[in-house]
Amino acid sequence: MKQDINFLFVGVGGQGILTASDIAAEVGLEAGYDAKKSEVHGFSQRGGVVESHVRWGEAVAAPLAEKGTVDYLIATELLEAARWIDWLRPGGAVIVNNQRILPMSVTVGDAVYPPDEDILAALYAWTEDVTVVEGLSTAERLGNSRLANTVLLGTLSTRLDVLPGTWLGVIGRRVPAKYVDLNREAFWEGRRAAGGD
Amino acid sequence: MKTSGTSAGGQRLLSGNEAIALGAWEAGVRYASAYPGTPSTEILPALARYAGVRAEWASNEKVALDGAAGASFAGARALAAMKHVGVNVASDSLMTLSYTGVGAGLVLVSADDPGAFSSQNEQDNRQYARFGKFPCLEPADSQEAKDFTAFAFELSEQFDTPVMLRSTTRLSHSKSAVDVKMPAAAPEVGPLPSFERKPRKYVMIPAHARPRHPEVEARLQDLAEYAETCPLNRVEWGDKRIGVISGGVAYQYAREIFAGFSFLKLGMTYPLPVGMIRDFAAEVDALVVVEELDPFIEEQVRALGLEVVGKEVFPATGELTLAKARQGALKAALPIREQSQVSDAVSDSGSRSGAQPGTEPPKLEIPGRPPALCPGCPHRAVYFNLRKRKMMVAGDIGCYAIGVLPPFEEMDMLISMGASIGMAHGAKQAGSPDKIVATIGDSTFFHSGLPELASTIYNRGVTCTMILDNGTTAMTGGQDNPATGVTLQGETTQQIDIESVVRAMGVEDLWVVDALDVQGVEKAIQEATVIDDRPSVIIVNGACVFTPQFQRRPVVTVDPETCNGCGFCFRVGCPAILKSDEVDAKTKRPKAQIDPLLCTGCTVCLQVCPRKAIYQTSQEEV
Repeated sequence: MKQDINFLFVGVGGQGILTASDIAAEVGLEAGYDAKKSEVHGFSQRGGVVESHVRWGEAVAAPLAEKGTVDYLIATELLEAARWIDWLRPGGAVIVNNQRILPMSVTVGDAVYPPDEDILAALYAWTEDVTVVEGLSTAERLGNSRLANTVLLGTLSTRLDVLPGTWLGVIGRRVPAKYVDLNREAFWEGRRAAGGD
Repeated sequence: MKTSGTSAGGQRLLSGNEAIALGAWEAGVRYASAYPGTPSTEILPALARYAGVRAEWASNEKVALDGAAGASFAGARALAAMKHVGVNVASDSLMTLSYTGVGAGLVLVSADDPGAFSSQNEQDNRQYARFGKFPCLEPADSQEAKDFTAFAFELSEQFDTPVMLRSTTRLSHSKSAVDVKMPAAAPEVGPLPSFERKPRKYVMIPAHARPRHPEVEARLQDLAEYAETCPLNRVEWGDKRIGVISGGVAYQYAREIFAGFSFLKLGMTYPLPVGMIRDFAAEVDALVVVEELDPFIEEQVRALGLEVVGKEVFPATGELTLAKARQGALKAALPIREQSQVSDAVSDSGSRSGAQPGTEPPKLEIPGRPPALCPGCPHRAVYFNLRKRKMMVAGDIGCYAIGVLPPFEEMDMLISMGASIGMAHGAKQAGSPDKIVATIGDSTFFHSGLPELASTIYNRGVTCTMILDNGTTAMTGGQDNPATGVTLQGETTQQIDIESVVRAMGVEDLWVVDALDVQGVEKAIQEATVIDDRPSVIIVNGACVFTPQFQRRPVVTVDPETCNGCGFCFRVGCPAILKSDEVDAKTKRPKAQIDPLLCTGCTVCLQVCPRKAIYQTSQEEV
């Protein structure tokens, strides 16, 4: 009997959330779980909030997890981690990219983007299990800012009972051929950052 | 064929839309047509990859269904796909297709949007099935989406009826496992025979339509009888204290919340299997209907004289969720299992239940993140100028609807595809003293703007129509349309020139301007809107940043010495323009800075800066 695992990927339109969550869902299926994933396209994608649910289990019914039952919240942006933190179950884990993307409401001065320490305090108030990943700087060091999500997946992979090879196989199929090696590197960077190997 | 996922057979994760395409292809569909619309858009591009299918973008949903109807009459299995509001456009043909019936199988995919994630309403299109008296199938996951689509073609032919396959956002855009045969192959269909004339069936003059109507009623009776044994409807016996009737994605939520209880899972939600429902109801203590949006099944169950728990506890608006289904069940005092992992307080109120009980998290004001026009977007200068000139603006469906949001807040009405031109005209003809402009995109113009403009011109209208030609159907992800010169299957085709079309309609007061020329756009608006005795048109040309035609230029940057924090550039609503930490000594306002990673070098901000504090970097820095 496979244990149910709920993932919630959140970020900003254009950050590649949909591909990252696609990869997580396919890895689940390959690892012998039933898997579902769900997302929303269209209007919100123009710089708006993007969320994608991934569920692994013996037999997954609902495509969306329930608020308060998410095991892993993977945020590609700091503010979005705070926005969605109450979807996490007690004791759940947050994996957050330390990138800030200012919403228009902030750039035009109608709202204030909270300082990083306030955001982190809000996350820690919910759970002790918070991992801040230097996704963007790692990705830029590797030469392509779009690799940040793969770094996050690498970090996530250390928490799950699935072999790295399964992740790398799926990543290899899902990214353009010329970027496969870079993505593998980014994945290992993410694992190492989490103390994995 | 090319598809994502593994190359071997077995289980693959497919979205509902990909599964619908695969099911249609395996059923031997020969012709498919659609107008892009979230959440239906991905069905046709998926079908276009399969050999043996002619897949097309129609200029609107009615055209798509008409094409599918013709193909069906000619003996080819055909599919039309559209979003829920698209069926409104196609409904003229749809209601009469119910009378003609089909030649070969004809399937209409209606992708509804409970929650209105990307739509102007959240209408429940199952009502069309009842209205038009044809069957409605509702898959609950991607496997069913594939299987039901193939089944729909059979059903269509068996009962001589169009069949509606109703999807929703949560089905179309969720991925779940599908058994895929490998190597996948569509059945051999062979060449189409010559058309068999059946004017009494296919030519709906009144004399032919009247005798078809009793046949429609008889067919509905036959379908209702068939529903009792239809393999898509099934009973799953469990604890009989609760019996749940559900279908579509709602069934998945119900399955978790009412785990262990009995289910009547409906795959065909119109017409309903009345006998099956009565038998099921007789066996259970409490009968519950769980469905999204309208009480469609519920009202029909009540009409049988059965007592049922339904919309008095489950919301009739918005997307259904596990939390809403749970709350409904608890409100009705149904004996469901309590949620194991989380207290109901958390799912109800979002209050904290963290690792350190007893301490409240710090109050964090989280700014919203509404959608914004992309950096480089060709719509920016249009709404900046319309706001500046205080126009009344009738808007339309597309990315440019963002013009209603800050900082533009420059759209006064928006209801449906193409409506901008007619609304502007009507308001003016009724005597509105305001200067009125209609704004409409290129794809929307060909969808239904053409007849609206014709009517404005014919009726001596005096409004200004701005056609924002960004060279693509942008909001839905960049599909081709009659103005782009490329078909869905990638062929080069006639590129219909909007300017020639407008001139051919007799509009002489016509401006064609560059979308990134802020002054040019303003001058055109100024000149066009002083005309008060005849219609005018402004075509604004500028490629969407997601098209290959878009050209990035050297990024622009702010000279902090010259910038005095006047804030004018913030009014163009560009995500690349940020408030810097540096405050101007005199104005006490933050100076502007530009994120070089986001900037595309469109120069709209540079053009509006009154102090010339923004300049373009050298060519090498692209």
